[in-house]
Amino acid sequence: MEKNRREFLKIGGISVLGLSALPVFQALAQEKGPRYKPDPKALKGAQWAMIVDMKKCWEQQEKRQCKDCILACHKIHNVPDIPDQKREIKWIWLEEYKHAFPDQAHEYAPEKVKESPFMLLCNHCSNPPCVRVCPTKATFKRSQDGIVMMDFHRCIGCRYCMAGCPYGARSFNWGDPRPYLKPEDINMTYPTRRKGVVEKCTFCYERIDEGLQPACVEACKVKALIFGDVTNPNSEVRKILSGHYSLRRKIELGTGPNVYYLI
Amino acid sequence: MLEKAFKGGQKYWSLLLGLAILSGVGFACFMLQLNQGLKITGMSRDVSWGFYIAQFTFLVGVAASAVMVVLPYYLHHVKEFGRITILGEFLAVSAVTMCLLFIIVDLGQPMRLLNVLLHPTPNSILFWDMVVLNGYLFLNAVIGWTVLSAERKEMPPPAWVKPLIYISIPWAVSIHTVTAFLYAGLPGRHFWLTAIMAARFLASAFASGPSLLILLCFLIRKRTNFDPGPSAIEKLSKIVTYAMITSVFFLLLEIFTAFYSKIPGHMHGFVYQFAGYEGHAELVPFMWLSVILSVIALVLLVPPQFRNNEKLLKIACLAVFFGLYLEKGVGLVVTGFIPNVFDKVTPYIPTAPELAITLGVWATGFLIMAVLYKVAIGVKEEIRA
Ligand code: SF4
Ligand code: SF4
Repeated sequence: MEKNRREFLKIGGISVLGLSALPVFQALAQEKGPRYKPDPKALKGAQWAMIVDMKKCWEQQEKRQCKDCILACHKIHNVPDIPDQKREIKWIWLEEYKHAFPDQAHEYAPEKVKESPFMLLCNHCSNPPCVRVCPTKATFKRSQDGIVMMDFHRCIGCRYCMAGCPYGARSFNWGDPRPYLKPEDINMTYPTRRKGVVEKCTFCYERIDEGLQPACVEACKVKALIFGDVTNPNSEVRKILSGHYSLRRKIELGTGPNVYYLI
Repeated sequence: MLEKAFKGGQKYWSLLLGLAILSGVGFACFMLQLNQGLKITGMSRDVSWGFYIAQFTFLVGVAASAVMVVLPYYLHHVKEFGRITILGEFLAVSAVTMCLLFIIVDLGQPMRLLNVLLHPTPNSILFWDMVVLNGYLFLNAVIGWTVLSAERKEMPPPAWVKPLIYISIPWAVSIHTVTAFLYAGLPGRHFWLTAIMAARFLASAFASGPSLLILLCFLIRKRTNFDPGPSAIEKLSKIVTYAMITSVFFLLLEIFTAFYSKIPGHMHGFVYQFAGYEGHAELVPFMWLSVILSVIALVLLVPPQFRNNEKLLKIACLAVFFGLYLEKGVGLVVTGFIPNVFDKVTPYIPTAPELAITLGVWATGFLIMAVLYKVAIGVKEEIRA
């Protein structure tokens, strides 16, 4: 009896609280525009882009088999480490020249280029086919800064986006990914995924919104990865691009990739 | 009318039981897949669509072919088809049902299926495919059932079905066109990136569906007191002939473009299918079998004296159906992923549970078809008696 009364009072109290909060909710709901206040520290850009300086990267790879960016990204985003290559999940990874640039590779390229792996990730295309084909808007392009986003909770797992992406940047959770995470390594501030959904690099939108650089950029000790707003003529990326010749993957497809490679 | 489905001989019931067992096994495997995820299939990061989507693609064609009896009957008043339009429509109903089931079993999160409707996305072809498939299912179910009920009362069908019938004709074309667009609009998948994809799909549909219908007509004539009539079969066989010729012609156009241009991406798919690519030749025997079957089909269909011979026509129809099945239901989808976007080959081989689920969906479709055909033929026998 005693317990019941306590329950009753508790529920009653919460309801009253709830009712008094209602006008506030309504006022909030009527307001136009974003329903949350962005962090004032958030990085701002109209189209984020990434430059990968392969010379610096290769030096490190040779020196100490450097995989700092991969490890940082995969750790912070709870990317499972699945040994089976057919079912693996990867957001940022290494790939040989002839596979990364199958349409540009030729046998007379410098040995160094031919033999060294390139760092690949989602290109956050300006005109992304993965967004075009997704039937649920689980893959969408963020209007303010062009990040190609992934809503794990909305994805139905049709894998149309995987057929659509010409860069192999998307992975599918063929089974439950959680057994492939070490419990002590799980980052509690980022969701883990469940079976049946697609995932990929999201340019660390969650860090950008807090004013931080993407995890891979931060982890790279030699600044081989440079991140910035490609529409801003004063940005570091623009300065580098105007001073160096750069490569992008499969530009003939018109997707407008935003990852640039310096060799 | 449905009561007719419950009155049948022992053969009918054992057929239903057999199909029900197969779909039960498929369902059990689907439960396993729900529990384990799609890792129980042979699909991979590189070949992300496999057998399920391939079956779906082939069956859309079978469904679309109903229009090959409906169109001549309603637009050109070809009387012979009056007796079998219902068979075409009910075949479409069961084929579309299989298509939808294949999409569902292919989803990683089938419980979220409704997201497609909750967040309609007009820029996605898959959204439109859902729309046209469901619409076509609805049209054929309503038209078939209403026309059959009217027939049973020996009355003309109500006036309101006429517009539905006319709509169903372009709609049939749309289901196959939209399904072709699923593939034809993707950058970087050279094997699918061809403007002729929709035309190829329609040509093969108008061959494979009617050839199945001819086989079903023969079966029905043998097993029941209903005769679809020789002239209907003869007319259908002409349709199959022309459609098969067109289908083979379209395929040759693709091969010309690929090999005369010598653009590697356009050639690799065909090389993988017919000769093997980088030591991988999983599809080679199936694709050559498909070629042989197509040649046999054409040899038996083109000369009228062969085509009009019932025995040969049966063989020809089997050859058309299985030849095109191998092309669309085995080769087409997988080859789009081989070689993959990195120019590497990851072969795909369906697993046992995957095949059991596939078989289960087929069995479910044939179960629906058996019941619907039983009703339709029951009505036809009744009005004749
Ligand atoms: S690289 Fe692929 S996944 Fe990333 S935006 Fe482009 S198409 Fe989409
Ligand atoms: S798998 Fe998910 S993200 Fe990809 S197209 Fe389907 S619903 Fe969209």
